[in-house]
Amino acid sequence: MAEPRIIPFPDHDTQGKTVTSDGIKVQNLYLERDGQPLLRGVNLGLNATGVTALIGPNGAGKSLLLKCIAGILQPDGGSIDLPETQRFPALVFQKPVLLRRSVRSNLLHALKLAKVPRKLRPGRLAELLVLADLTRQSEAPARALSGGEQQRLAMVRALAAKPQLLLLDEPTASLDPAATSAIEELTKRTAHAGVKVILVTHNCAQARRLADDVAFLSRGQVTEHSAAETFFADPKSDGARAYLSSELILQP
Amino acid sequence: MRTIALSVAFSLTATMACCGPFIVVQSTTSTANSGLYDAILPQFEAESGIEARVVAVGTGQALNNARNCDGDVLLVHAKSAEEQFVAEGYGTERFDVMYNDFIIVGPGVDPAHLNDAENASVALSSISATGETFVSRGDESGTHQKERALWEVAGIDTEENNGDWYRETGSGMGATLNAAVAMGAYTMTDRATWLAFGNRNTHEILFEGDPVLFNQYGIIAVNPEVCPNVRSEQAQVFVDWMLSDAGQSAIGAYTRDGEQLFFPNAD
Amino acid sequence: MQTFADSFSTAFGLIVTGDPILYEVVGLSLQVTFSAVAMAVLVGGPLGAILAIGRFPGRGILSVVVSALMGLPPVVVGLGLYMALSQSGPFAVFELLYTPMAMILAQFIIVTPIIAAISRQVLSDLSLEYGETLRALRATRAQTIATLLWEARPGLLTATLAGLGRAFAEVGAVMIVGGNINHVTRVMTTSIALETSKGELAMAMGLGIILLILSFGINAALMGVRGTQRARAYG
Ligand SMILES: Nc1ncnc2c1ncn2[C@@H]1O[C@H](COP(=O)(O)OP(=O)(O)OP(=O)(O)O)[C@@H](O)[C@H]1O
Ligand SMILES: [Mg+2]
Repeated sequence: MAEPRIIPFPDHDTQGKTVTSDGIKVQNLYLERDGQPLLRGVNLGLNATGVTALIGPNGAGKSLLLKCIAGILQPDGGSIDLPETQRFPALVFQKPVLLRRSVRSNLLHALKLAKVPRKLRPGRLAELLVLADLTRQSEAPARALSGGEQQRLAMVRALAAKPQLLLLDEPTASLDPAATSAIEELTKRTAHAGVKVILVTHNCAQARRLADDVAFLSRGQVTEHSAAETFFADPKSDGARAYLSSELILQP
Repeated sequence: MRTIALSVAFSLTATMACCGPFIVVQSTTSTANSGLYDAILPQFEAESGIEARVVAVGTGQALNNARNCDGDVLLVHAKSAEEQFVAEGYGTERFDVMYNDFIIVGPGVDPAHLNDAENASVALSSISATGETFVSRGDESGTHQKERALWEVAGIDTEENNGDWYRETGSGMGATLNAAVAMGAYTMTDRATWLAFGNRNTHEILFEGDPVLFNQYGIIAVNPEVCPNVRSEQAQVFVDWMLSDAGQSAIGAYTRDGEQLFFPNAD
Repeated sequence: MQTFADSFSTAFGLIVTGDPILYEVVGLSLQVTFSAVAMAVLVGGPLGAILAIGRFPGRGILSVVVSALMGLPPVVVGLGLYMALSQSGPFAVFELLYTPMAMILAQFIIVTPIIAAISRQVLSDLSLEYGETLRALRATRAQTIATLLWEARPGLLTATLAGLGRAFAEVGAVMIVGGNINHVTRVMTTSIALETSKGELAMAMGLGIILLILSFGINAALMGVRGTQRARAYG
């Protein structure tokens, strides 16, 4: 394990986070709220590249795990090791919160926070708008966008900082098929460019299309982690089997 | 943010920027509410170049404020309290400046028949006997002190009936008159406040003229030895002017609806 | 009895004849109120932000204290300030008693807790809503506060309007520390009190109507500003 490093921006929880050169290592991660254990010793080792799908039933703790990795939740125990280049993950929330401003101002705000030099911002802004297919709506109030458009805006807002680790929490849950494939395309392209992606999804077909490996989270613990084909062909744990079988019933 | 700060700074300087020499007069309300000061002070200011700023409060509060050295001149109407004020060293000397009288007002139909009363004691007794409502200041003002003394002379215990037919407003003369008019009740007031009062409705003067209802106003300059901050020179100019022929005739010349409100009686 | 019709015609008469006394009194009212509220915004806004976003021991207690101070009776503020500014009080040297500055101070004391408490509420709601998002976007503490303040504009404007309303309508405190001195410290509300005590009810009510009209104008103007700001923000 490499040296512990303090992550140099304020308010981000640094405790238990260290830097590795060989992938992401989550060890014994523990989190509780109101005396209720929510993450109960999560262990997970991930490659520094590729797409990892994180699946599991509602309330398993997937969103909480992503927030811990993103550094916006302080775990009560355990550690998260990140490669040097991935110290600043970007997170797209399950429920994106947009500023009460125009689409354009939301992105400019994110570019400013990402310390993009003022001169470069108009160019980056145009890129991001094209990426999200929101060029036409750039002056619209962000909160007046449709649910899917808001999701796309949140996605490109997360990309404003050019992160090397992208955490996506059900990014296509409310998107139509065309927008879903656009986001999937974007995810693939991002991953090909060497960015590590951790994708939370309930859409198993999507996980199959995108993921290199799958981690299954159940009641605050990773019960299974394997290559995507292996996982879907032959789930080992009872929980994963049950999850996939009801999945099959719901989506023949 | 900057504009806010600037505008604050601006308005602060604007409020600070003021004035030539001035004095603060702690005064009873009747002299202010009746419009006397508005009538005579311009003449004083023109002659002396001194601005007289009147703080009109009850006699009790005026005495108190002056004891805190927050005034340069005191003009009130509670002779014994004023003499005590001077005896305690807060004032240099007390002078009679003018007088008028107290009156009892009430609804024109006069259910307690005050019109027939031969003196103040009889008038108050008939109010108590009929149980008609009487509204008192109840605020330790000069008028209130006078009124309490009159009940005592009449041998009536108002405490026993307090909240019944005897009602204390605990406020100024104007508020008490408004209450009496609204309740159709009797009350005692100084004549000047009544003559200048706009909300009389059907109320009238129902008893007046008993010598015990005499109402003397006194003027006192605050003592600079006790209150070093007072503008004692200008204060003395004001006191002297009020007692002078010019001041006295200005007081005597002030009328409302043709009636004289204050009668100058400086020695 | 003087009627409401008398009050309206009195108010109308005062306005159309351009009564100079009225304008003097209205001018001082506006000056005192705007100065006090501007100072209260400069102090109460940041105080609210610190209470909403800051982390320090005693924050909870301080929040409760600030909220409780909203219920301060103006007369008590006036009395306390009188005792402080009186020639026999600790701040006698400033010679502020019976000046407009004393009235500004009184209103400042009355209004600051209102602005701080409302700002705190608005900002802590927003901080809950945006906190995680801004941290995920790697905003620094200063950037977080700046973003929250900007997003909070409508709420902060409401806080300011509440403060303006309270200050503009306040009579008890300014009466005591200002003294209602003609041409010096006489404002709308103390004039209304004076006219009432003179039994000039139509005049008092007429002034009340003018006060209401002014208050309406101020609110409309500031809401208008807010409308254009929103239009600009949403382009
Ligand atoms: N602040 C909190 N206080 C208490 N409980 C919480 C808190 N946040 C989350 N939880 C609980 O933790 C559990 C895990 O929540 P989480 O949002 O991670 O679920 P999830 O796996 O993302 O589920 P979903 O698929 O529905 O999004 C849930 O039971 C939730 O109620
Ligand atoms: Mg979730």
